[in-house]
This record gives sequence, C-alpha cells and structure tokens, in this order.
Amino acid sequence: AKQHTTSSVHYSPLSSNNMSSSQQSPLLFLIVGRNEPLYSAEFGKPPGTPITAQSITRQNFIVMHSALDLVDKSCWVNSNMYLKVVDTVNHQMISTFSTACHIKFMLLHTGKNEDAIKNFFMDVYELYTKLSMNPFYRFDTPITSKQFNARVKAAGRRYLS
Amino acid sequence: NNRTRRRKQTKNQPYSIDNNKDLLLTFIAFKMSRQTAMPTSILDRPLTRGRTEQVSLSAFGLMYSELVQYHQNRVSSIPELERRLESSGYGVGFKVLELLAFRGREAKRETRIMSILQFISVTAWKSLFGKGADSLERSLDNADEYMIFDNNPITSTFLSSHKSSADAYISGIIAGILEGAGFTARVQAVCPSADEGDARGIIGLPRRKDKAVFVVKFADKVLERDAALG
Repeated sequence: AKQHTTSSVHYSPLSSNNMSSSQQSPLLFLIVGRNEPLYSAEFGKPPGTPITAQSITRQNFIVMHSALDLVDKSCWVNSNMYLKVVDTVNHQMISTFSTACHIKFMLLHTGKNEDAIKNFFMDVYELYTKLSMNPFYRFDTPITSKQFNARVKAAGRRYLS
Repeated sequence: NNRTRRRKQTKNQPYSIDNNKDLLLTFIAFKMSRQTAMPTSILDRPLTRGRTEQVSLSAFGLMYSELVQYHQNRVSSIPELERRLESSGYGVGFKVLELLAFRGREAKRETRIMSILQFISVTAWKSLFGKGADSLERSLDNADEYMIFDNNPITSTFLSSHKSSADAYISGIIAGILEGAGFTARVQAVCPSADEGDARGIIGLPRRKDKAVFVVKFADKVLERDAALG
C-alpha cells in the first residue's frame, strides 16, 4: 500500500483560484516516486490571485492519489513513457509520464492539449535526468533543488499557459 | 641581479598594479567573466556524451582497486565484502538506467523480461565497458534464472584470485538496473568451474580463467507479471 505524505512537499504560492475565467483552472503537477510525492508545483494564472483553498488542494491530491493504481496498470501495458490521459474525474483529467525508473510525472488538468503537455513532460524529463545524475541525490527522495524548481516553473509557464 | 632589474622595470611602466587589492580585484573580475561563460549548474550541462569522451582502463583500475581496498579494510569476511561492493554498484544501476534511457531518445520503457535483459547485455554493457556482453542465456534447470556472460570483466581484469568477489560490483549494477525498471532480482557473479566448462561442450579450447557469469534470478511476482503480459 502506498503511504501518501504531504509533509515533504512544497506548496507553491503562485497558484490561482480564478474560477470565473473560461480558461483552465490551476494545474497541479506532481512527481511521484515509489512511495510518496517527490515534488509538486501548481501552474495557473499570474500571481496576485489568492492562494488556492486548502480544501481544493487536498481534493486535488486525493484525486491524484486515486489515479495511481490506473497509472501502475498502464505502465506495464504501454511501453511508451508518455501515457497520455490515464484517468478522468468529473471535468478533470490526469496525464502521466513514466520514466525508465518508474518515476511518474502526473498533471491534473482540464483542457485537452496533448502536444503542449507532452513537450512539458519531455522538458521535465530532461531536468529530472540531469538531477538524478547528481551523486548526492538519492533515488526516490524529495526534490529540494531550487534551480530545479525554478526551471520546472519556467517550463510550465512556457508550455501550459 | 635579475630580481633587482625586474623591480626597476615595473616601476617604469605607465600602468602598474600597485597594491595587492587591485591585483585581487582584477583577478576576481577575470574569473567571473570566465565563469559566466561556463555552465554553473548541473541542470545546464549536456547529457549526451561527446564522441571522444572516454575513461582509460588504468584510471578505472586504479580507482576501483582503491574502492575494493577501502571496503576490504572494514569487513571481516568475503561475503560481507561482496555485499558491500554490490551495494556500491546498486546506486550506479539506477542512474545508468535513467541516463541510457534518456540518451536512447525514444521515450520508451522496457516492460518484458527479455527486453530489459537485452537492454542490459547490449546497451548498458556497451556504454559501461565499451562492448556488449558476450552472451545472454536462459538456464535450462530453473525457469527464473538467466545468465549474462562476460569473458573479461574490467573489475577483475587485474586480479589473480577471488575474481567473482570483485565482480560483485557489476552484479550490483545489474541488480540496480533491474530494480529500477521494476524487475526485482538477485544477481550473483560466479566463475564457471571446470565441470561446467566441459559440460557446455567446448572441447579443445583452453579454459578461460577470467570468464565471469552473472546469474540473474528473478522474484516470483516478476515472472507472474511477465507471464500475464503474454
């Protein structure tokens, strides 16, 4: 059974709660290891909007967690790294990318833009591979590098909004 | 005489570095202007390897002998040494898997036992040791055992005895790659004995003492999952 802990995860204050716009609501991006999330980020509208309510964030995490079984199943059936949409909950979809070591990048989103999401995943894949080459980074541990954080945010801004 | 002459020369120059502070500042400015041109972060450095980047065998041999001696001084038995070398190689396996999968540029994972074993014996071996493994075979006695053959593993090239102990490092690398890809397995390095050599029917060739066999034994659930995939 997977233990889900949120204590080791950073919350980004750059998320938005702009429900009135017709564009996508904030996207939640998670990097999940074997047991727990290793990294999380939110991509949404520009700053100045209030921080997402705790309840919505928790709900997003629960939705992501419940999709993990489906992700595992499709990992073994599909040999591609980019697994596209693995689960749909109400109006939200979860796209996943699974690396060679079964580290999963999961994105909770509402729109349907496969190409942008695939490019985003490939960018993060390159960043993650470079990070894992660091001999001081232990496999399957939370990612705390500020540079990694900055670059993932930049990639998200470039592809996802 | 030379020294006094040089001192007089610096005095006559129109621009001269008078005191140590100026010298230090120009040095720092020079260094910083150089450094902005060079990548400062691991996230900037390229992952693809240049054509000429290689490590010499002697450099590896030297460093590996130091690693083995380091562990040898801290253990009291040979199995413990092998365990330590194996866990040293274990971490390398994960990183090798991620790196080689990325360099393959195909964005695909291996999901079957045969494909991951071929990845190890061809791609990983070539990247790590310069040539592919000599062969990959399935054991006739046990359905969950596979064997990777290497005629001259670099970890034991320079050893005269206890070769399979030093090869535990490579066993660790293989185990790390398999575990990373989701195939839990136990890997052991053995030296094929004289009986085995004859049984394989190689008559007339001298028995090669440096040959090593890596026996890979998969966990049950891995075999079940592989069978279920058809």
